Amino acid sequence: MEQVKNRNSVSRILILGIAFLLTFSMPAVAQDAPAGDAAKGKELFNSLCAACHKRYKKSTGPALFGVTDRRDTEWIYSWVKNSKAMIDAGDADAIAIFEEYKKTPMNAFPQLSNTDIDNIIAYVMEPKATPSTGVTPGGDQAQQVEGTVISNELILGALAFILLLLISILVLVNKTLKNIAKANGVELPEDKEGHKPLWKAFVDNQFLVIVSSILLLLVSAYFAYGYLMQVGVDQGYQPIQPIHYSHRIHAGDNKIDCKYCHSSARVSKTSGIPSLNVCMNCHKSISEVAETTATADHSKEFYDGEIQKLYNAVGWDPSSQSYTGETKPVKWVRIHNLPDFAYFNHSQHVSVAGVKCQQCHGPIEEMEVVYQHAPLTMGWCINCHRETNVKVEGNEYYEKIHKELSKKYGVDKLTAAQMGGLECGKCHY
Amino acid sequence: MKSTIKLLALVIIVISAISCKNDRKPNYQFFPNMYESHGYEPYSEHKVFKGGQEAMLPVEGTISRGWMPYEFENNTEGYNLAKDTLKNPLAYNEENLEKGKELYTIYCGICHGAKGKGKGDLVKREKILGVPSYDSREITEGSIYHVMYYGINSMGSYAAQTSEHERWQIVQYVEKLKADLEGRTPRLDSNAPVVAVEEAVHDEAHATEGHAEENHKEEAHH
Repeated sequence: MEQVKNRNSVSRILILGIAFLLTFSMPAVAQDAPAGDAAKGKELFNSLCAACHKRYKKSTGPALFGVTDRRDTEWIYSWVKNSKAMIDAGDADAIAIFEEYKKTPMNAFPQLSNTDIDNIIAYVMEPKATPSTGVTPGGDQAQQVEGTVISNELILGALAFILLLLISILVLVNKTLKNIAKANGVELPEDKEGHKPLWKAFVDNQFLVIVSSILLLLVSAYFAYGYLMQVGVDQGYQPIQPIHYSHRIHAGDNKIDCKYCHSSARVSKTSGIPSLNVCMNCHKSISEVAETTATADHSKEFYDGEIQKLYNAVGWDPSSQSYTGETKPVKWVRIHNLPDFAYFNHSQHVSVAGVKCQQCHGPIEEMEVVYQHAPLTMGWCINCHRETNVKVEGNEYYEKIHKELSKKYGVDKLTAAQMGGLECGKCHY
Repeated sequence: MKSTIKLLALVIIVISAISCKNDRKPNYQFFPNMYESHGYEPYSEHKVFKGGQEAMLPVEGTISRGWMPYEFENNTEGYNLAKDTLKNPLAYNEENLEKGKELYTIYCGICHGAKGKGKGDLVKREKILGVPSYDSREITEGSIYHVMYYGINSMGSYAAQTSEHERWQIVQYVEKLKADLEGRTPRLDSNAPVVAVEEAVHDEAHATEGHAEENHKEEAHH
């Protein structure tokens, strides 16, 4: 919370400064850029150019902001329409840029008119938006959250204070009354001699002793049983991973299929930790999160830092857009771990049975930090095998045995348990 | 007074026993030698490996089972050669199309969109931009496979996540999407001989996965 506060104040000054500077720079840029419709340009840019170009950052191709300062408009027109012809014709600038970007050819866009290209230029020449719009609402939100927390604590504190006050008033009143009574010479009733202490009365009553000791034994047996039964069960286990990978953002907000990253869950025993090249399929072009991704708990800076951790591990240099070859393995912490004496195969459940990942792993798409949802005990496995119907359609090879089993149990739909899903040897061997 | 102290001590002991539960650490195990594997489990750490890391790349000059070498190079010439000469060894039938669709939805649709128009969820959310529609590009079965194998420009390689057999199934589905976008009838072989890639490829998908696992953390396999 404090960090947000600090950032807010510093960034506010920064933003003011930038805004101040921009008031001067805006007209200058506007004069240089050809008149074009930036909104139309954005549409064209996103659909045609953005695969390889970014506005303010180098990607497969160069950053396009400031392109009109580097080249004149006519050159850009002919380059966009057919860059290969220009290179072949021996244009020095064209050859230089082709060599600089590892001889990756740029697609020709003969379908674009000069007006289209003007629109795109207008869009790419827009100066980078300052984070002012993003930070201020974010900060407000954080402050609001902070505010509610504080007010809750304040109310609780006030209540406690009032309680204390009442107690002390009671004590004081009692004392004063006693003093008054003494002063007036009133005899206060004293404890009678020979009054039995409470514990002695309790011990003398045998019935009460027996009942309460039985009760005590039962309660402690209950708790002892509960404690012993959770030994070896890791439900709720939520370790801190070396890179804060948020399943909420990837599987939840962006709706990426679980099997995109955990591809071996389809075909092998283990679900697989994705190798970092899978991360880089997207993070080659996504080097920072959007302002809207940040939450009250995790700021944009935090998430950007985590992406940087990925780059360090995989050895990716974003400035040169190339791999350095220096890699550092990521030591992910395993959460779900069945004991060695139980066999479990992901592909059998995911591909054959078509069980949803969430059935066992819980609402993964909502987890910022993953925890173990299911107890993964044998009782839990067995329960699901008893309740789940097996999809037998379209499996001619086993048709006969399925029919016989259905007849034997007198059911239409067989459960995994009826097909032998409870036999010890299925999982323990 | 004494009993109060005793009671207090009891409360403290109970509280400290309960508060031992820590979600950051795994729970106690009863007879851990029945839990911990003697055999090497995937991704485990063992001293015999370099840096203790079990997930490794295949030894140079070797290939994993079910993993066939790909003869086209990862450059413009290789792309053009694959585009012109590489053909889909699988039959174009309903079964492969169905499987191709399933895989396409997992791996490709997130950017390329369900219809191949380049309007997947990630594009709609402006996370990844510039995904072309299949009808705006000149692509052949060979070039589709080549791009899936190596990736192109901002698109990465999908060789680690899919097997050779699966990639060809996706190729069929991508060709169908392209045909649909262009208003053509997609190719469907009626009773063409099944010149399937060695069934082994399919069966040994596990081995292919092994390769993917070995890629783990080493480098982005280009």
